[in-house]
Formats: sequence, structure tokens, C-alpha cells
Amino acid sequence: MSSYFNEEFETLPRQALEALQLKRLQTTIERVTANVPFYKKAFAAANVRAEQIKTLSDLQRLPFTTKQDMRDSYPYGLFAAPMDEIVRIHASSGTTGKPTVVGYTRQDVDVWSELMARSFVTAGVNRDDIIHNAYGYGLFTGGLGAHYGAERLGASVIPISGGNTKRQIMIMQDFGSTVLTCTPSYSLYLAEEAEAEGYNLHDGKLRVGIFGAEPWSEAMRQEIEQALGLHAIDIYGLSEIMGPGVAIECIQAKQGLHIWEDHFIAEIIDPETGEQLPDGEKGELVITTITKQGIPLIRYRTRDITSITREPCSCGRTHARISRMSGRSDDMLIIRGVNVFPSQIESILVRVEGVEPHYLLIVDRADNLDTLEVQVEVNESIFSDEIKVLQVLSRRIEKEIKDMLGVTCTVKLVEPKTIQRSEGKAQRVRDNRNL
Amino acid sequence: MKVEQISIFIENKSGRLAEITRILGEAAINIRALSLADTSDFGILRLIVNDVEKAKQVLKDKGFTVNKTEVVAVEVPDQPGGLSAILQILDKDNINVEYMYAFVERCGGNAVIIFRFDETEKAVESLKAGNFNVLEGERLYTL
Repeated sequence: MSSYFNEEFETLPRQALEALQLKRLQTTIERVTANVPFYKKAFAAANVRAEQIKTLSDLQRLPFTTKQDMRDSYPYGLFAAPMDEIVRIHASSGTTGKPTVVGYTRQDVDVWSELMARSFVTAGVNRDDIIHNAYGYGLFTGGLGAHYGAERLGASVIPISGGNTKRQIMIMQDFGSTVLTCTPSYSLYLAEEAEAEGYNLHDGKLRVGIFGAEPWSEAMRQEIEQALGLHAIDIYGLSEIMGPGVAIECIQAKQGLHIWEDHFIAEIIDPETGEQLPDGEKGELVITTITKQGIPLIRYRTRDITSITREPCSCGRTHARISRMSGRSDDMLIIRGVNVFPSQIESILVRVEGVEPHYLLIVDRADNLDTLEVQVEVNESIFSDEIKVLQVLSRRIEKEIKDMLGVTCTVKLVEPKTIQRSEGKAQRVRDNRNL
Repeated sequence: MKVEQISIFIENKSGRLAEITRILGEAAINIRALSLADTSDFGILRLIVNDVEKAKQVLKDKGFTVNKTEVVAVEVPDQPGGLSAILQILDKDNINVEYMYAFVERCGGNAVIIFRFDETEKAVESLKAGNFNVLEGERLYTL
């Protein structure tokens, strides 16, 4: 079995890779200038024209794109292709109410499939493998992204999606799954549930796990590898840029995630100043897509904190590596793989009559699953002398949050003024997970 | 014909009841009856006191969430089947008891039970029709 999916491009010498990046960057800038009024305006405001981008370092002259920009352009404002060329739409949660929408042309889906297929091979997966794909299928890019990549590779994919853990375990055993794709926390939950059912996943056929969509640690990798008896590989992606498969660790080194530089340009910036940081320094990852047609993004601020190295890797790939994500430069939480902004919870609370926007989110991890507790202060307008009235209120808030954000939480009613007030930015989140 | 009760929201954490009773004691407020309903996370303390407005104010000043509710105080013959007779009348008239608790003092030879009904007015009428004695607030606070 080959250790590459697309050897020519995965091992392109850096000089050739960078020449290709520049050419593709220029094409992308022309495309968005012509087709996306937002970029035409943004480039004019920054006083930069397409023909001034002559080297890769000229990229720094271009303005950033933020999640807020995507929200302002909701739903299709940043699309650079007409709708008759868009074949797929995905969405992820936005900072408040409205989701962030992305569209793919046929070519975008092709590229995504290839990059995900490359990612599988990089993780040590090949055509003989049976891939148990437990990422959610739907608006979330995880399920379909991994699915198309698996098919492109020619492996057998089981589109099990999320949920119904007992059935997952049975199918995994009976179908002889060799590769597991899901969130890292779900893999541990699966292992535990399997044990409770009398199976030991460690003794099964699983040999590779590709885990992403939430932050995890080296310690967690050790734990997963021991519990499931497989190589645990970190994968990175975000729907705004593409979905899963933007970057992945190689099974040979497990030292940083190769970002597919023939399709993306990665920069690390100081989130405060916006200045580029040198290789090796921690900062916010900024990605420019250079082949996307549906919704190309220029210098998109991912808010993920990492560092980058262009040192050669033992796997032979020439593409730069980003380190394991170590945090966020905004207040986004990832709870069981679901992106949650405190502002979303706040907007749900203010809609529930009488509830004050004084709240505290407590995130923890119990039995390998993330838990979210929402503390809400009880004021006179929601208080009742009857227990059931307060319980109904709690259930209602829990349901609204579940319906809107897709994340299960428990509401805890607390006495007024017990949640800390502060003059400046209120402390809305207590994350007790040790990631 | 109705009695005012105050209810206070308390989290299930140590010292909350002690704090409330201390605040009321310092304000020279006498607790005449109480009931505590609780779940694993929170509780509701319901009190009949001799000075409703003052009790409400001093607790609010200390940051507690306090509500005032109308409840009904009924004299119950202190004999076997006394309470049962009352509940049967209410049941016949389709009145639900949300909760109930006993008053500390007796009224003459009778016990006093505090009721919270889903339909207060109807409950009072039905009890009176059944010849049960429903106590006035003023009378109760000073028993």
C-alpha cells in the first residue's frame, strides 16, 4: 500500500509548493474581487489591488475575514459562485442565532473528498479498511466530509453517524470496523459502553482512530490508545474553510498536523495586533483558501490557537505542520463536538420571559463526556412557591438550548446575586475540563 | 378569608436556613408556621409570620428572592378522620391541593392546617359550605 494518496502534491518541494500557492492565491483574489462585493469593498478600503499581490508575503496586505463578516453576509453573501453551480450547503453554529453558511461547487466537493482521502492515508488508512464513521451526518460537515473522503480512497465506509451507542458497538464488532472516526471524547465513551456490554474494543479489529471536532490532549491520546488499542490521530477542520481534512497528523510522526498547503495558506498571527508571528510561535491560525470556488475566504480568522513549523517531516510530506490546538482566542466552547458561544445561551435566556441575563456556564467532563450546566438566577418574576413551576422553567430552558444549539445541558437555579458581576467582561464560563 | 404566606428561594447549600432565621430573628419577626419543599438542587421555604411585609422586606434587603402567596388556614377537628373529612369535600369539588402543612399553634381544641389550592376562592367557599372554619389572617398571625 502506498503511504501517499497523491504523492506528487503531498511531497512537492517547498519552492514549487509556494509557487503554486502564489499562483492560486492570485486567481482566488481575482475571483473574489470580481464576484464578491464584500471583498471588492474590503480590498478597496485596505487600498490594495489584485495585481499588487506579487509574493506570498504580500498576503499580509489583505484584510482579514471574520465569523462576524460571514454572519453579516448571511446566508449567501460571501458566495463567489452562482447558485446553479453550488451543489452542497453546510452550516455551523454562529455566535448568536443565525448559523454560518458555506456552499460548495462540484469542484469544491471533489477537492474536499481528495483532501479527506489524503488525510485518511496520512493517518495510515488504506482501501482495505472498514471505516466506522460516527461523525454526525447533516448540516455539520464532519459526517459527509469523512464519508466522501473514505469513498474517494476506496475504503468501505459505514455511515453510522452519531448516537445509539449500543448499536454502534454491535455494528463495530459484527462488521469488523478497522477505523473509527468520531470526537475523541466519544471514542472513550464507546470504549466504556463496550466494556459494559461485555466487549473489549482493545481486542477488536480497530487499528486507527481519527479524532477531531473538539480539543484534546496528549494525555487523552494515551488514554484512548490504551482503551481502544489503536493509533489515535488528530484531525483538524472547520466548515468555514472546508470541513474535516484541512490538516491531519501523520501516523509516522504524530508530531503536528500537516495542513494541505496546495489548497490553503496558513499564517499564525498575534490575535491582539493582527501581526504575523514567526514559525514556532503560538498565535491564532489564519487560513486563506486558494482553490475554493463556492465560498473562498481570504485570511479567515479561525480563532484557534496553534503554532506552525515548516521543518521536514519523517513521513516525507513537505506540507507545513500546525501543532495540536491549544485554545481559542475567543470565548467559543466546544461541547461534545458542538460549537457553543456564551452569547448564544444568553440570547436564548433573554427570550425566556423573566429570566435575567445573569448566567454562568460550567463545563466539565464526566465519564469522558462533556457536561454543560447553566446556572440561572431566580428573581421574583420567575420564582414561585410551587416546586413544579420552577422545574418546568428549568426543563423549558434546557429544551430551548437543546433545540437551538443541539447541546444537552442541565439548568441549575441559583439565588440572586450569586453569579459574579463585573464591571468589564463578565466571567460567564467556568471550564473545568483539563484539556 | 385568606392568609398571606411568604416563600423564599434557597439553594441547597449549608447555612441558608440558618441565615434566613437569623435575619428574621434580628428583625423581631415571629415564625408561626413553616414548610420546606426541596429538590436535589434547590428548596422553597414557606413561612407564615406575624409581620408579612416586614419579613419580606428584610429578606429582600439581604438579597433573597421572596414572593407572597395567598393560602388558606383551616381548623381541623383534632380527632381521627378530621383531615380526611376536609380532603373529601375538596376532592368532591375538584379542587387540588398544591401543598399543605400544619400550623404550630392550636386554635381552641382544633389543629390548624395551611393549604395551598389551585383555586383558592372556590376552596374557601367549598370549605365553608362544609361547615369548616377558615381562619382570617389577622387571627392566625396572633394565635
